[in-house]
Amino acid sequence: MTTRFMAWIDARFPATKVWQEHLAQYYAPKNFNFWYYFGSLAFVVLVIQVVTGIFLTIHYKPDAELAFASIEYIMRDVPWGWLMRYMHSTGASMFFVVIYLHMFRSLIYGSFRSPRELVWIIGMVIFVTLMAEAFMGYLLPWGNMSYWGAQVIISLFGAIPFVGEGLAEWIRGDFVVSDATLNRFFAFHVVLLPLLLVLLVYLHIVALHKVGSNNPDGVEIKKRKDAEGKPLDGIPFHPYYSVKDLFGVAVFLVIYLSIVFFVPEFGGWFLEKDNFEPANILQTPQDIVPLWYFTPFYSILRAVTWEFLPGGAKLWGVMAMGLSLILLFFLPWLDRAKVKSIRYRGWMFKTAVALFVVSFVILGYLGTKNPSHVDLVLFKNVTWAQICMAIYFLFFFLMPWYTAHDNARPEPERVTFK
Amino acid sequence: MKTIAAVPGALLAALLAVASPPAALAAGGEQQHLLKANIDLSDQASLQRGARIFINFCLSCHSASFMRYERMANDLGIDEEIVKRDLLFAGEKIGDLMQTTMPAEDAKKWFGTAPPDLSLMARSRGPDYIYTYMLSFYLDEDSPSGWNNTVFPNVAMPHAMYEWQGNQKALFTTDEHGNKKFERFELAKAAQLTPEEYNAAMRDLTNFMVYLGEPAKLVRYRIGFWVMVFLLVFVGLTYALKKEYWRDVH
Repeated sequence: MTTRFMAWIDARFPATKVWQEHLAQYYAPKNFNFWYYFGSLAFVVLVIQVVTGIFLTIHYKPDAELAFASIEYIMRDVPWGWLMRYMHSTGASMFFVVIYLHMFRSLIYGSFRSPRELVWIIGMVIFVTLMAEAFMGYLLPWGNMSYWGAQVIISLFGAIPFVGEGLAEWIRGDFVVSDATLNRFFAFHVVLLPLLLVLLVYLHIVALHKVGSNNPDGVEIKKRKDAEGKPLDGIPFHPYYSVKDLFGVAVFLVIYLSIVFFVPEFGGWFLEKDNFEPANILQTPQDIVPLWYFTPFYSILRAVTWEFLPGGAKLWGVMAMGLSLILLFFLPWLDRAKVKSIRYRGWMFKTAVALFVVSFVILGYLGTKNPSHVDLVLFKNVTWAQICMAIYFLFFFLMPWYTAHDNARPEPERVTFK
Repeated sequence: MKTIAAVPGALLAALLAVASPPAALAAGGEQQHLLKANIDLSDQASLQRGARIFINFCLSCHSASFMRYERMANDLGIDEEIVKRDLLFAGEKIGDLMQTTMPAEDAKKWFGTAPPDLSLMARSRGPDYIYTYMLSFYLDEDSPSGWNNTVFPNVAMPHAMYEWQGNQKALFTTDEHGNKKFERFELAKAAQLTPEEYNAAMRDLTNFMVYLGEPAKLVRYRIGFWVMVFLLVFVGLTYALKKEYWRDVH
C-alpha cells in the first residue's frame, strides 16, 4: 500500500528523491562537534518566529493610535498571548545568538572557503535581511525606545550626500517616524522580509548540499569514497544528525524557554524598560540604545568622531558601519591560508581571531553605553570603541598577509573522530 | 501646533545622541538612593490590600487603562460582589477597564499635565522606584502643589497619601560647590499611620502595581516550572536516542 502510494507520488513529484538526496543519503562528515548545532537551531528559531508571529499578527494593530495598546491586549486579554509575545521577543534575541555562533563556526573552521563561497554569501545576505527584519519588528510595539530607535537609525540615511534626506523621508513615508512608517514596517516585517528569509534559507541549504558540509578538520570528505561512491568519513544526515540535532534542540529549548518563562526582559537586554512607555515624540529616552545584537555595529558608527573628515563625522561613521558588514562578504577571498580549519593553522590566525572576537564583544558592550563615560579602564568609552574598531578592520585588511605567512600544519588525510 | 513645533527640537536631540554623547536629559534625576521594595507576588493578602489602596487613591486621578476589574478580582481571589460593592464607585461594570473618573482636560488645567496611565509604571520604572517615590514626598513652598519629591524633583503630583504618612520636610546639605544634596526626611506633622505601617502599605501598593504591570507574572513561573520538568526529561530521552543511534558510527 505504502509503496504503491509512494510510487504514484514519485511518478508525479520527486518526494523520495528529495528525501534521499537531502536527508537519508546526504552524507555529512561524522566529526561534527558542538559548533555544528547552530545551523539546525537557526532553522528551528525561524519556525518559532514565523508561528508565534502569525499569532501576534492576528491580534496586533499596525496603527500609531492602537499599536501599543494592542500589545498590552495581547499580554492580558488574549489567552496565552503573553506566551506568544515573549516567545517572539526572546526568539528575536536568540536568533542572533544562534546566528552569531553559526557564523563564528564558519570563521574558525574555514567553512566559507572554496568551494563554499556561495553558501557563505547567501548566509551573509540572510544575516543582513535578519537585521532588517529585527529592526522593523522592533518598531511595531510602538514603545518609546522603538520610536526613537527607528528615528535615529533611519536618520542615518540622511548622512548620504545629495540623496540622503530624500531617501530617509522615502523610507519613513513622512518627515518623522509616524503612522505611515509603522504601517509599512509592519508590511515588510510580516510579509516581505519573512518571505525573503525563507527563500534565502532554501538557497543556503541547496548551495550547501551541492558542495557538502565542511567539518572541524576542514578536510573534504568527498575526496575519499568507498566502492559505492559514499564518502568514507560521511554518515547519512538522517538518522544520525537528525537525532543529534533533536538533542541540540532539546537543550536549546531549556535555555530559550527558561528565559521566556522566568526572565523575559533579560535584565533589559531583550525588552527595554523605556519600551513600556508608549511612543512619545516630545520625550526622548535618556540614552537611545539599539538592542544588543546591533550594538557592535552601532559602536563602530559612533566611534567615528573626526569632524575634520570631508562630509563630516556622521557620514564616515555610516560608511564605517556599512564597511564593517561588507567586509564579511569578502572573507572567502581575503583568506589565503593553505588549510581551512583553525586546528591546523598557525599562531597568527589564532591570535587574529581571538583579538577579533574580543574587540567585537567590547564593541557590543560599548554600544550600550554613553561614549563619553568611562565604563572600562583608563579611557573613555569612545576611545576604546576606536581601538576595537581598528582591530575589527585590521582583522580583515591584514588577513591576506597573515593567513599566507602563518606557519600552518598540513591537514590530515581523514577526519579525526574520537 | 505645539506638537509640530517641537518635532525639529526632539529630532535634533536624537541626532545629537548619536553624533555626540547625549547630554543627560535627566527625567527624574536620582538625588536619592532607591530603597528596596522587597515585594512578594505570592502574598495574595498584600496584593489585595494594594489593590484597595490603588483603587481608592491612585485611580481618582490616574488610569490603569489596560487592566480590567474582573481580571483583577479573579487573579487576586477577590469576590466579584465585593469588588462591585466596595471598589466600583462611578457606575463602572466589572468587565470594564480601569479608567480614571477625572477628565484629562481638567487634569491638565489643575496639575499642568495629565497624570500618566499606571498600567505599566512598574515595568518602565521598576518596583524600587515606585516604592521610594511614594515615601519621598515633602513640603515645598516653591512648588505649585505645595509638594515636591526627592525621587522625581518638581513632580506635578501632590502627595495623595499625606494623611497616612504625615507631612514630611526634607533636609538638604550644601557641598563646597553649592550643590544641594538630600540628607534625610523629618516628620513635620503627625500622621494616621506609624512609619512602619505606612511603609508596609506602600509595599502592598508596589506589589499590586507589579502585578498590574504584568498579570501573567502570577502564572508564568508556575507554568515555566512544569515546562522545565518536561524539557529535562525530553533532554534525557533525546540524549539516549542519540547515543543509541550513534553506537554504530566508528
